[in-house]
Amino acid sequence: MPGKGLVQGLAVTLKTMTKRSTTQQYPDVEPELPPRSRGVIALSEENCTVCMLCARECPDWCIYIDSHKEEVVVPGAARPRQRNVLDKFDIDFSLCMYCGICIEVCPFDALHWTPEFEYAETDVLDLLHDKNRLGEWMRTVPPPPAHDVLGEPSKEEATAARKAAGPGAATAAKTARPPVRRPPAGAAPAPTPEKPEPPAETETER
Amino acid sequence: MPLWLDLIVRVVAVVAAFLVLPLVVGQAEHKVMAHMQGRLGPMYAGAFHGWAQLVADGVKFVQKEDIAPGQADRRIFRLAPIVALFPYLLVLLVIPLGPNGLVAQALDVGLFFVLAVLGVGVLAVLMSAWASANKYSLLGGLRGAAQLLGYELPLVLAAASVAMAAGTLSLPGIVEAWRPWWLLWQAPAAIVFFVAGLAEIRRPPFDMPIADSELVFGYMTEYTGLRFAFFLLAEYVGIVVIAALTTVLFLGGWHGPFADQLGWLWTLVKIFAVSFVIIWFRVAYPRLREDQLQRLCWLVLVPVALGQLVLTAAVKVVM
Repeated sequence: MPGKGLVQGLAVTLKTMTKRSTTQQYPDVEPELPPRSRGVIALSEENCTVCMLCARECPDWCIYIDSHKEEVVVPGAARPRQRNVLDKFDIDFSLCMYCGICIEVCPFDALHWTPEFEYAETDVLDLLHDKNRLGEWMRTVPPPPAHDVLGEPSKEEATAARKAAGPGAATAAKTARPPVRRPPAGAAPAPTPEKPEPPAETETER
Repeated sequence: MPLWLDLIVRVVAVVAAFLVLPLVVGQAEHKVMAHMQGRLGPMYAGAFHGWAQLVADGVKFVQKEDIAPGQADRRIFRLAPIVALFPYLLVLLVIPLGPNGLVAQALDVGLFFVLAVLGVGVLAVLMSAWASANKYSLLGGLRGAAQLLGYELPLVLAAASVAMAAGTLSLPGIVEAWRPWWLLWQAPAAIVFFVAGLAEIRRPPFDMPIADSELVFGYMTEYTGLRFAFFLLAEYVGIVVIAALTTVLFLGGWHGPFADQLGWLWTLVKIFAVSFVIIWFRVAYPRLREDQLQRLCWLVLVPVALGQLVLTAAVKVVM
């Protein structure tokens, strides 16, 4: 029917007009970002052991780390211990591609994602965040989302539960398998000659 | 009231309407278009839902440098925006707002005057197009000339039909003679008049002369600052004028409940309703191609308008 499309066009625009717009008034209203948003990387300095894994794994080499060794005298110990002290930890966000590999690879949870994104600069050099600035982002790190109630317990939880229950206790890993019937420990290594005896007797009877 | 005071009040009222109504329509266009596209539109200027957006735009336009291209015909180039704007101001003079002579200047040949003055618009388009010394401008201007000359015919024929029905050329007289059943009787003429009016003010879907995706901005390409603002203002006054003429000729102007006291309100409500439809069309429809544009005019609108003339004459003779 000619003209149907014209009417449909009017209907669509009118319907859209009556609906609420989904526009977020950003500078006035803060956006609600999901907790895992990749805004900026925060550094928890005391967790860092200067293992350099993050700097090495970074695909565009935008993490710069410097450190020195310090001797710590522990009273009662035979020798003074050595420990790494972080001098410099910079992330150049003009190079960073927000892949998150450094955060994944960090063995001690020193790096975290935060949803904060308002750190644009007029000078590109100011995008190099030093460890103090990276440390300030720690305030904005959201708590990790709660575990799925139906999911497997985390590795740490499972380990803690096993330790608490003592050795040999039923764990999730053990009870998950179908039960296997095993002979008692004392009977298993029994010598075989006992078994051929009855046939031998029958032989003698014949 | 002495004559000079009466004159001043009328002129001031028309100029005020000339300056305020287009801004209201323009703001409505911003907001309606935005919401039809799932956006919010201007929200900052003036603090409350961007009500002062067009005022801010005006201030911006005034601050801009007034540039005329080196090869341009300066005088014609500078005159064109005024020529585009001025006819609409004159048209507003004769449009009746309410009963009992609530009109700036009641002319016996009001309809004739309106159609004649609206015809000046094509001159502004050609002046700006030719004087800009720009190929895009010239192309846009020639498209505009072809379109405006073509659509002038159905516009006049549709208006003639209602003038025949009312038996007068005076706009207040036509509204006086209007009866609700004319909505049905004059419906084809109303549609033809509205569509041809849309084309006359070069609004989408008839914005072929401007066609920003192919002709930069048509005949307005070379204009900046205040002169460009004049062209934009002319566009919005054009919406008001076409909506007002459709209201007065076909929708019964001030007729409605309590017309004696609230006649002016009925006229304004109808004008804004028609303006809303004009904005709505802009959002919903894509631009017509040049051949489609001319085909619609000559093969649809003109025959329908002629048929309406015959129908009007027949009904008049029978009654």
